[in-house]
Amino acid sequence: MMKLIRMLSRGIRDAFKSVFRNFSLSIASVSCISITLVVIAISLVASWNVNNFTENIKKDVTIVVFIDSKASDLDLEQIDADLRKIENIESITLKTKEQEKKEFMEESEVFESIMGDWDEDESPLKDSFLIKVTNLEEIKDTVKKIKKIDLVYTVNYGESMVEKMLDAFKVVRNVTIVVVVALILVNVFLIVNTIKLTIFSRKREISIMRLVGASNFSIKYPFVIEGMVIGMIGSIVPILIVIYGYTYLYTYFDGVLFSSLIKLIKPQPFVYLVSLIILGIGMVVGMIGSSRAVRKYLKV
Amino acid sequence: MELISISNVNVRYKNGVNAIHDLSIKIKKGDFVFVIGGSGSGKSTFIKMLYREIKPNTGEIILGGLNVAKLRDSKVYKLRRKLGIVFQDYRLLPKLTVYENVAFALECIGAKKSEIRVKTLKAIELVGLKSKTRSYPDQLSGGEQQRVAIARAIVNNPKLLICDEPTGNLDPDMSMEIVKLLESINKTIGTTIIMATHDREIVNKMKKRVIVLSDGNLIKDYEKGKYYDEAN
Repeated sequence: MMKLIRMLSRGIRDAFKSVFRNFSLSIASVSCISITLVVIAISLVASWNVNNFTENIKKDVTIVVFIDSKASDLDLEQIDADLRKIENIESITLKTKEQEKKEFMEESEVFESIMGDWDEDESPLKDSFLIKVTNLEEIKDTVKKIKKIDLVYTVNYGESMVEKMLDAFKVVRNVTIVVVVALILVNVFLIVNTIKLTIFSRKREISIMRLVGASNFSIKYPFVIEGMVIGMIGSIVPILIVIYGYTYLYTYFDGVLFSSLIKLIKPQPFVYLVSLIILGIGMVVGMIGSSRAVRKYLKV
Repeated sequence: MELISISNVNVRYKNGVNAIHDLSIKIKKGDFVFVIGGSGSGKSTFIKMLYREIKPNTGEIILGGLNVAKLRDSKVYKLRRKLGIVFQDYRLLPKLTVYENVAFALECIGAKKSEIRVKTLKAIELVGLKSKTRSYPDQLSGGEQQRVAIARAIVNNPKLLICDEPTGNLDPDMSMEIVKLLESINKTIGTTIIMATHDREIVNKMKKRVIVLSDGNLIKDYEKGKYYDEAN
């Protein structure tokens, strides 16, 4: 046990030492990691924002259920109860014809002059329920169930638009996932190769370690730590770019992109979360890179 | 008692060359054995097989209770800790001092700091380099560098010291000194030594057991002192 601790501490010490001893090569690996991590950071921020934007739009989708004019207050209560039995419904808001009328009248004077004279009974407006769903993908089913309820006059939710939107969102999400994963893979590949260069120059050291009876683990371990350190150093610049760059952009664009429809994610705590992910990717990729690179020299 | 027991070993390289052919040999504890033979005789393969740099295709090599031929890559270090290996090209780390080079062998296996200090200094003293402890390899002569390599090889008190042409890069006087050093290690500590060489003069003078290989076959195994007699 003591022996293991001794070897672990030696490994950590050696890792830091050799990062500085092989400074020029470390710089090569670090800058390689930095550049790819910047690209990953940008695509992460972008895809996260796209995702956020689509989520917001999904939340805005509302089903409007118009109720037959014959329906009494009691009927409305019954319909409300029936609606609540349906799964996938997040919220239900009742909008009576009076409220509707008021809204119209507030909107313009023309409406006001026309509608002001209407009696309760002659109003062509209908009571309606505004419904938000939990899972947008199941909206079709939900609508079908709503239509079966008695006294439901018509149901409206911008059917074709919603479906097109859903398809588009799926494509966007898949593309961003593929891009981010591909970038990480490219990153691993690049890092494996740069670290291979570093380790190639220390082939002799590794072969001597093997000769004097160092176990594979004790040879590999300092290199893995070294890869982690290089990954950590390499993620500094991307993290700074994310924190300062994104905050700057957010204030510059006033939190929206092109129109108020596309809201950007608030920088805090978003940038810290992204930074943490970048740091994690840098470290893990550095570790994987060096452990793969050193493996080649561990075979007899 | 036998330290090494080799039976019916065959080594065939991927290119079809038969490097070792049906070799059986036993080496006793405390022996000093020369392995000689021309280029391509299988001398190097034989030596590499002992420290499991090369795996034989068939046969058995028992070394200090370990079945070397069946040792997995990840367990090779267990064998290497029982061995000291010395090469023609010294294989020192250029950025480390003499002391650090020797201590490196003990650090790699996780020895205690105090233990490393005592053993390292003792080994350096034994090879006669006490005054050069803080020198770097490029400040030493070839013979001195080889002494450092020997110190590194014996610092862990191995049962067996394998030397692959240790005098190949040295002039005759220096070569003799190195071999004398090996002999004294053999006598004082009792380390078994196997040394591959093509320096007939050394072999003649030392009067040790001599194994002659040719084309991968064992063609002669001279008892201690017999080689000189027959060669004349």
